[in-house]
Order: sequence, then structure tokens, then C-alpha cells
Amino acid sequence: MNPSSTLLTVTDLKVHFPHARTGWFKPPEVVKAVDGVSFDIQRGTTLAVVGESGSGKTTTALAVMRLAPLTSGHITLGNTDVGALQGEALREVRKRVQIIFQDPFSSLNPRQRAGDAVRAPLDLMKVGTPAQRTERVTELFTQVGLRPEQQQLFPHQFSGGQRQRINIARALATNPELVVCDEPVSALDVAIRAQILNLLARLQRELGLTYLFISHDMAVVEHLCDEIAVMYLGQIVERAPRRVFFNNPLHPYSVALMSAVPTVKGGRERAAQRIKLVGDPPSPLSPPPGCRFASRCPVAEPACAAELPPLREVTPQHWVRCRRIEVVGGMARPIIVLQQVA
Amino acid sequence: MATTEKLLQVENLQVEFKTRRGTALVLNGVNFDIKRGETMCVVGESGCGKSMTALALLRLIPSPPGRIRAGRVMFGEEDLVQASEARMREVRGNRISMIFQEPMTSLNPVFTVGDQIGESLRLHAGLDARQARQRSIEMLQQVGIPAPERRVDEYPHQMSGGMRQRVMIAMALACRPDILIADEPTTALDVTVQAQIFDLLRDLQRDKGTAILMITHDMGVVAEMADRVMVMYAGRVIEQGTTEQVLSQPGHPYTQGLIKCLPELGSSRHAERVELTEIAGVMPSIWELGSGCAFRGRCPHAMARCASEVPPMITADGGHGVACWLTAQPLRRVA
Repeated sequence: MNPSSTLLTVTDLKVHFPHARTGWFKPPEVVKAVDGVSFDIQRGTTLAVVGESGSGKTTTALAVMRLAPLTSGHITLGNTDVGALQGEALREVRKRVQIIFQDPFSSLNPRQRAGDAVRAPLDLMKVGTPAQRTERVTELFTQVGLRPEQQQLFPHQFSGGQRQRINIARALATNPELVVCDEPVSALDVAIRAQILNLLARLQRELGLTYLFISHDMAVVEHLCDEIAVMYLGQIVERAPRRVFFNNPLHPYSVALMSAVPTVKGGRERAAQRIKLVGDPPSPLSPPPGCRFASRCPVAEPACAAELPPLREVTPQHWVRCRRIEVVGGMARPIIVLQQVA
Repeated sequence: MATTEKLLQVENLQVEFKTRRGTALVLNGVNFDIKRGETMCVVGESGCGKSMTALALLRLIPSPPGRIRAGRVMFGEEDLVQASEARMREVRGNRISMIFQEPMTSLNPVFTVGDQIGESLRLHAGLDARQARQRSIEMLQQVGIPAPERRVDEYPHQMSGGMRQRVMIAMALACRPDILIADEPTTALDVTVQAQIFDLLRDLQRDKGTAILMITHDMGVVAEMADRVMVMYAGRVIEQGTTEQVLSQPGHPYTQGLIKCLPELGSSRHAERVELTEIAGVMPSIWELGSGCAFRGRCPHAMARCASEVPPMITADGGHGVACWLTAQPLRRVA
């Protein structure tokens, strides 16, 4: 495994959903769920995509899985152009990309035994002989911290955390290169989340997995990711390696998002210094022409609303979509500075 | 602005549910009190009884199969457990009101938000329809909804999640209740909207002196909102005290685990990525509790005594109470 090679490249991805017309003579409207997203992930690393509901992070993940229709753009996995694949070739590539869904309750068939659920991808992809598949399922159960004899049980006989382990085992069955994790811990109890996060980290170390990690939880992302992309209303507003981003978040939205997270150490002082955003994000049906965050941005200027700023590389590897970020002496200066408490 | 006056005092509250497997005791002797104008947070995993406690205070437990088996809920001089149904209707939404977790499902989709906010005003404050509408508009304005004159005639589906939760808050606060029970009021919302809702609750509390009983599972929320905290596990309160006491010197191994098990912001400043501290296992089901401490199966410090006897709540000076045999024997206290 070459650690510095790129596994996934997404270029100018757009996913637009037609919306029902509101009147007979009106043109159909389009929801621009993902509107020009580009990123790449290095082999064996984790890219976290964070954003609030409606930001397009899950749609991006589904598009990478080819589970959402691509409007335009390219998705390249290794040397394969995933975006252009059809039929059997697309089915074959699914061995290499797998997904762990958010809700461990609705993502398992209640009538299928846990072992059969994990075995299903092996059967569908005709991996190995039936005897090898049985062996592989047992191995997977051990790997994710379940007991092999639990294969015979049905999903309702497991707790939420255990079900998520089954989901992880199922995703790992075909030895995928890329695992898309769509909020894998947000439906779990707080006390169980650490177990699953540690499991994901261990599996990545042992198997050299690459994660596209979708989350809205900044603290979890900071703990887990190697690189982070912040999305707002269908676009990436900031992208940087972990330390660079968390030491110096630049986009006003990223700063506001970080400051909104309540922490045990920060407590009330942190709450008092919070950057307050007013209102809700605008509708993706008619995104504003300029910067999409301008209507809620505490430091917006008239020019921000007029023209969409490009995603530019302000310092090496640190990309930000804000026209007000200045670079002085090789250092990017944020417009709003987050008070670091404790 | 918390005072020492006890607004609500819950003593030995026990709630049981009849099931096919027998009677399940889902609340097993819950004791706490709420003072005027303070925020009390209830923390715990799902199934620990925190929502059940809130429902029991308002006597909203579905009955049958559930019922309050024993205990008292003293609201001033009055025991709400013994109160008549007619009296409870006067209390609910008027003196004690509740915000539910899911703003999507707890508003009625076929009535305008104005009708729903105005309902409690017409019932409890005796306003007529026109006055109630006027008050509803004022309430919407107070919770920060833009263009309230227009929004008052809208239906819940026309609003975003954050706005619906504001409507729920407006509804709960319309009659200026003494106590507001908020059951995970922001779990379904984004963090930036959560911050807005918390600001709103703090402002309203400052202006009106409402006491808030807030149910949450997020220790960060506790640090930010609570004056006092109680931690629940398997139907019992296992630790309570001021926020400062519980968060900086947690006495129960479960509380310690809850605080340590999640990453906090700032982890990228450490040189190495550290493994998160796990709380092993899962909460036992109500049928597996047996005798003794319910946490013993997951506890790193469990000893023989934990399996035989339920540890009593031992309250130190300053009101910090812990129900654990480790702290009951000061010599074996863990750091």
C-alpha cells in the first residue's frame, strides 16, 4: 500500500433534483443538493465532510456510492471512472466501495439473521466458495467485536451499538478500499459512541481502510479525521488538513459552527462568547447568487452577496470560499477569531 | 437567579409498567427538587428513565399499562400524584409545561401555529379568540420568529425544524409557567440552531424566573445550561449536585465514564491521537437488574458488595450526592 496515493477523486460533482412545478406555466424548479463539489482522499486516510442538515453532505456520499443520480462531474476510484460505469461494471465496483448507514435500526432487515446480512454481499458478489464465505463471516464477526455464535440472532436481539457493528461487518465483507460512513454514531447512545469510534479507528489501522466520514459533530470529526471539508448549502466552503483547520478555521461559517458546539470545559463562558448566527440557511431551491452564507454571515459586505467567491487555496492545502480572507506574510488571517476556552 | 425556595420536590417516585413478562419497575425511588428560577439537567442513556420522570411529573404516563406505584410530587403544598385529573388539567400547560423532543411530530399538522399557541391561553387564561391570537403573535415575537403576524396563520409544515421548536417553546411559555420541562429540546436540531434555542431559553428564564428541568444526554449541554445536574441509570438517580461538583469531581464511575467517553474540541492539539475511553457493555435491560448496583456489570471498580446491595445515595456537604459503594467507603475512593 502506497500511503501517499490518491484513492478517490471527485471533481465538480453536481447532484440536482427536479422539484414539482408550483404552477402550470412555471418552469420546474431544481433543488441543487450538491452544486460543484471537488475533493480527493488519500489511501488509508479519513476525509470528514461536515455540515448541517440540508448542506448536501449525505447526498455527496450517496453520489460517491452511485446511489444518487449524478447531474454532472467525475468520480474516480483508483483508475476507474466510477461516474461513467453502468450495469455489471458498476455492480463490480461496489465491491470496492461500501457504506455504513446512520440508523442501525432501519438499515438491517428485521427478518434476516445477522450472519446472513453480513454474508449477503459475499453471496451477491460471488466471493470465494460457500465454505470460504462462512469462514469469512465468522472472521468478520470477531473483527468487529461480536461473538461468532451471534450470527444466528435476528437484529431485534441486538442493542443499537451491536447493530452498528453488524453494519460495519457487512460493509467490510467484500474487502472494500473505500468505506463511506454516513453519521455512523449519531443515532447511538453517548456511552456507546466511543466503542464504535474506537472500532472504526482500529479497523482503519489494521486493514488500511479509507474513510469518507460524514458527520455534523465537530468534536468527533476532530478526533477522527485526517482532512476536513465543511459544506454549506451544496458547496464546500472550507477544506484543509485536520491540524491546519482546527488551529485556524478561516471561513466565518466554520468558525460559527465550531463556536456553537457546547463543551464540558468551556461551559457558560464559551456560550457567552459564541458567534451568533441569525435565521436559517436559505432554501436550496433558489440559492442566493453571491456567497451562499452571506445572508447569515456576521461579517458580510455588500460585495459578498453580489458574486459567488471561488474556493481558493489561501495557504498550502488550506482552501476557503470567502473573499474576505487575507494572507499576510504567508499566514491566512480569519475574519472572526474563535476564542479558545480552556 | 436561582433561589433556595423549593418549587417542586419529588420524593421516592416509583413508576411501574405491566408487561407480559411481569411488572417492570422503570423508576425506582427517584428523589430530587427544583428551585425557583434554576435549570436542572437530567442526564443518562436512553432507557434510564429520564423521560419517564418528566412524564410522571405531569401524570402523562400511559395508564394502563403504566402507573405511579409510590412516591410524592410536591408542587408547593400540593401532591400532584394524588391530584384529580381535573386539577392536573389546570396544572399542565399552565403552571408546568413541557417541550417535547421532536418538533416535527409534536405539533398538530392540521391547526395553525396560532391556534395551537392560543389553545392554552383560551383554556387557562380565559382569553377570547381575538386576544389569544394577539398574545400568540407576541409570543412568536418573543421567541424570535420573524414576521409573527404572518407566521401565526401558518401550519407547522411551512416552518423549518428550528422554527417549529420555537413554536413549541412559545406554546409552553404562553401561560408563564413556573416550571418548564424540556425533553431533549435540541436533539433533532443543528448546533447553530441549538445555540439559538439555548440563548432563547436563557433569556426567557432571566425575564420570567421560570425553572427549567432539561433532559439531555450531552455533557456539553449540561456544562452550558445547568445549575444542577442529576445523572440517572436504570431507573435510579446515581449522582446529583451542582454542575461544578458533578462535572469537575464526578463521584460515580458511570458519570466519570460519560464525561470521558466523548472527544471534545481541541483534540487535534495533542501530539498523538488518543483512544477514547469506553464504557464497556450496554445498559442491562430491566429484567437483568437483579439485586445490587445496576452498573456493576460495566463498572471497572465493581466489588463483591456491589452485587448484593444497592448502594444508597450518600450526600456530602454542599449537596453533592453519589450512590456508589466506592464513595460510601472513603478509604477506597478513586481519584
